Amino acid sequence: MGVYSNFKRVDATGKVTGEAKYTDDLLPERCLVAKVVHSTISNGLVKKIHTEKAAALPGVVKIVTCFDVPDIQFPTPGHPWSVEESHQDVSDRKLLNQRVRFYGDDIAAIVAEDEVSAARAAALLEVEYEEYEPILSPAAAMAPGASVIHQEYPGNVLKKTGFKLGDCTYAEALKEEGLVRLRKNYEVPRVQHCHIEVPVSFAYIDVNQKITIVSSTQIPHIVRRVVGQALGIGWGQIRVIKPYIGGGFGNKQDVLYEPLNAFLTQQVGGRPVKLELSREETLACTRMRHRMLFSVDAAVRSDGTLVARKAEILSDQGGYASHGHAIVANAANEFKQLYHDEKALEIDCATVYTNLGVGGAMRGYGIPQGDFGLEAMIDDLAACIDMDPYEFRLKNCVKEGYEDPHNHIKFHSYGLEKCMEEGKAFIHWDERRAEYAQQTGPIRRGVGMAIFCYKTGVHPISLETAACRMILNQDGSVQVQLGATEIGQGADTVFTQMAAEVLGITEDKIYVISTQDTDVTPFDTGAYASRQSYVSGKALVKTGKVLVKRILDYAGEVLARPAESLALVKNQIVDKDSGKVLRSLAEVATEAFYSLQHSVHITAEETSHCKDNTFASGACFVEVEVDIPLGQVKVLKIVNVHDSGKLLNPQLAQAQVHGGMSMGLGYALSEELLYDEKGKPLNDNLLDYKLPTAMDTPDLHVIFVEEEDESGPFGNKALGEPPAIPVAPAIRNAVLHATGVAVDSLPLAPQKLVRAFTEAGLISKGGEGHV
Amino acid sequence: MYDLGSIYQARAIEDAIRALRERPGSKLINGGTDVLVQVREGRLAGVSLVSIHNLEELKGVRLEADGTIVIGSGTTFSQITGNAIIQKYIPMLGEAVDQVGGPQIRNVGTIGGNVCNGVTSADSGSTLMVYNAVMVVQGSEGIRHISIHDWYAGPSKTVLKPDEVLLNIQIRKEDYEGYTGQYLKYGKRQAMEIATLGCGVLVKLSADKEKAGDIRIAFGVAGPNPLRCRQTEEACRQRPVNRETALFISEQVLREIKPRDSWRASKEFREQIASEYAKRAFIQAVAKQGGEIDA
Repeated sequence: MGVYSNFKRVDATGKVTGEAKYTDDLLPERCLVAKVVHSTISNGLVKKIHTEKAAALPGVVKIVTCFDVPDIQFPTPGHPWSVEESHQDVSDRKLLNQRVRFYGDDIAAIVAEDEVSAARAAALLEVEYEEYEPILSPAAAMAPGASVIHQEYPGNVLKKTGFKLGDCTYAEALKEEGLVRLRKNYEVPRVQHCHIEVPVSFAYIDVNQKITIVSSTQIPHIVRRVVGQALGIGWGQIRVIKPYIGGGFGNKQDVLYEPLNAFLTQQVGGRPVKLELSREETLACTRMRHRMLFSVDAAVRSDGTLVARKAEILSDQGGYASHGHAIVANAANEFKQLYHDEKALEIDCATVYTNLGVGGAMRGYGIPQGDFGLEAMIDDLAACIDMDPYEFRLKNCVKEGYEDPHNHIKFHSYGLEKCMEEGKAFIHWDERRAEYAQQTGPIRRGVGMAIFCYKTGVHPISLETAACRMILNQDGSVQVQLGATEIGQGADTVFTQMAAEVLGITEDKIYVISTQDTDVTPFDTGAYASRQSYVSGKALVKTGKVLVKRILDYAGEVLARPAESLALVKNQIVDKDSGKVLRSLAEVATEAFYSLQHSVHITAEETSHCKDNTFASGACFVEVEVDIPLGQVKVLKIVNVHDSGKLLNPQLAQAQVHGGMSMGLGYALSEELLYDEKGKPLNDNLLDYKLPTAMDTPDLHVIFVEEEDESGPFGNKALGEPPAIPVAPAIRNAVLHATGVAVDSLPLAPQKLVRAFTEAGLISKGGEGHV
Repeated sequence: MYDLGSIYQARAIEDAIRALRERPGSKLINGGTDVLVQVREGRLAGVSLVSIHNLEELKGVRLEADGTIVIGSGTTFSQITGNAIIQKYIPMLGEAVDQVGGPQIRNVGTIGGNVCNGVTSADSGSTLMVYNAVMVVQGSEGIRHISIHDWYAGPSKTVLKPDEVLLNIQIRKEDYEGYTGQYLKYGKRQAMEIATLGCGVLVKLSADKEKAGDIRIAFGVAGPNPLRCRQTEEACRQRPVNRETALFISEQVLREIKPRDSWRASKEFREQIASEYAKRAFIQAVAKQGGEIDA
């Protein structure tokens, strides 16, 4: 089989039958239960917490409050640590916070014998607050006199950056006569990952005195570092184990509650403590996609040339920095990388603290936001000059050979234009654009599109490092250990295929160890940035080559032949030239273990420090039907076309795209976290937070354009995150085509659409004209 | 883990009534799809429950000799949808309750629970309103028959007394024979929704299918309880079945409904949906009876 085949998931049977163990399946006996107590104000100070009544309840073991935790601020994002202080993540929270920065901030924790006792105790805590005016928007946060959310950031601005490209300024570019100018604001809301397994961990102190944490995380090695930082103890004193996990999408690329859980087990003498969030807590108190506001100004020539653009982007961070400014900086880069301006591009972006839910990593890391602002603008620009939006894109979009002038990331392979061609043909773009141009009546149809590009991993912005270990067994089978994590995307399967390919050993003899244990698993920063098949894949290839060499060296010794004349093919040692089988690998492996002349346990372990990157790209094309009087959008046909290099496992790749498209559909049409005027979450449950159901999901079509990428270990590049990116702007643009109404914020929810259609004169009172 | 004070499994209706009387403040539970949610949320934490789950005498649908359809309060939504009597005589009810939540909820949740929690968004509510359903309840003081029109007593409230159990819901022959109806539910998703607005329209056409003999219009989530639009209904009787009448209905209902403004949906938006749905439900109900409205 090897790579490029539809090899069946190695965990398929275990997951279908329920044999696969997740964190909650592994609880030790007599495990205590922790419950976090959250603030019921969004901005202020905890003055006092009365714990007496709660402590008196039967079953309550320990209550800790924000007054009891170490005076240490720590960072939570799952970035590789930087040894340079200026590049380190923002440390702006404690295990429990006396200074309340959003509704639901962690102010106390209860450890009890069971959930009911913990919940009853939590309800009995009496909290005295000093309350400040809630700050619910970046504008309010930056207004003079606004209260300071973090004393280290007196103006509430976490960071501001910007860049300019071109030979002149935007203002100078505008002096050209005859330019058509567009000025608009676009907005995207807070949404959440909604991974099926809520954040859960259990922690205990082992007999070797290590604090051991079993957690549903994407980033076990980073969790170890952050727990050490948060508790002020050596990182080696922490052991993190990651079993199977039920999805992460970036929310588990943040170190959310493992540090608190480690602290709680310390407080109860090392007894095991489980800390599992409810869905409501997950929605209100973990991480979410940042709300962003785009203020854009752009000028085009009537021939369709994009002359100049200027954009200001505000990212609403919420109460804590988490991944912080990196996300809006990514969004800003999409403006730069995806289109070329003939004369000038000016971008400024800022990340601003507010008293709302905390923005963090979520599939696409700022690009879904940036792509909405950008691709809505591109359609609006095309409309300004009455040009087909496909042609307008083709004329101005990023071309083969592009290299980012700042970070020097390139398209080592380029398939964007082919993706556009494929999508255009699939949706019958030209026919539908013409057919739907002049519609009347309450039900109208339209087609729309959006494109994107996305880098693979984080080099050179952050460190890219990965390590792998391979151990040969007596029967010629091999354990493969990586710090890279399986989070549902199929990493273990693809690593199995890669190992088979590089080793010459069939997949049935390859055991990728799914569980990471930071005490024994080689270092890797984990699953994020669509990096593992690229970055960790390189570590696997490097290690595999070393293992093969060691096997052949030993086989050469046994066979009394030069190792260079041998090869390992399908579990056999063969003559490299003739292919003749000389000895089975199993025999050689057994010999290596037990030889009285020369016993050696053949293993290999290598680190790959990846100093390369490459852009993936793609497009979404969609056909919609809009029921104008009801404000409903029905997706009739949708296709994502991806330029992600060679596909390591086409079926898994397709499944990955399906999931991303589903996420994009929710972002487009229904999902949004809402807050009241005090900053209290309104819809922090899956009834009121409108994640689409299977009934809302159309058939999802996927096309791949497979251009081999020389920089990838097997010609591959990013695919994990990209599918979620282009769907929302494509749907927005299709609704524009169907109705002529440009909706400039997400989601395209019915109430918003009804208002927009009414303002545009498409709906009249009593439904006159639309029987 | 649920924080329950106590739970008593009743063996019969009389047993349930006695348990309710002896344990003041306790709550009835059948399918549990509303009650358990409230326990989990903490609103009913520590509650004492009396369970009528699986009481055979509360289950099933039957047709009486006089044509009255009797629906046991413990009949689940999916049982109602799949029931032959419902499908033959009052299909609109089966269609309406088939829009509750998702399959798992419909396999467990009961029509009795749906009307006894008193919420305006219950998918069965507007349909039972147009069928003039009669609620039969039993308590310490005996059996009472209560018209659905007298059933609701404000937001999430009914006239059911603390020691009463809803036995069944009855629909008389004269309220369904010759009628066709359409229930339309507006949710932001196609499943797993509580109605943002619900509209049920029941019509009986004249013999030549040209005129509206009788028309009944009810809404959920257009006021604190499900409600009927009596004035619109009255004004439509004997009107021709045509586009003008459809438009007339969509305008007139706005005078009779009082939807709330909330973060879930604005008053203005609910009115737009109500207006449009009244029209569409009317057109579809007419079509089911062989009438035609030229759209």
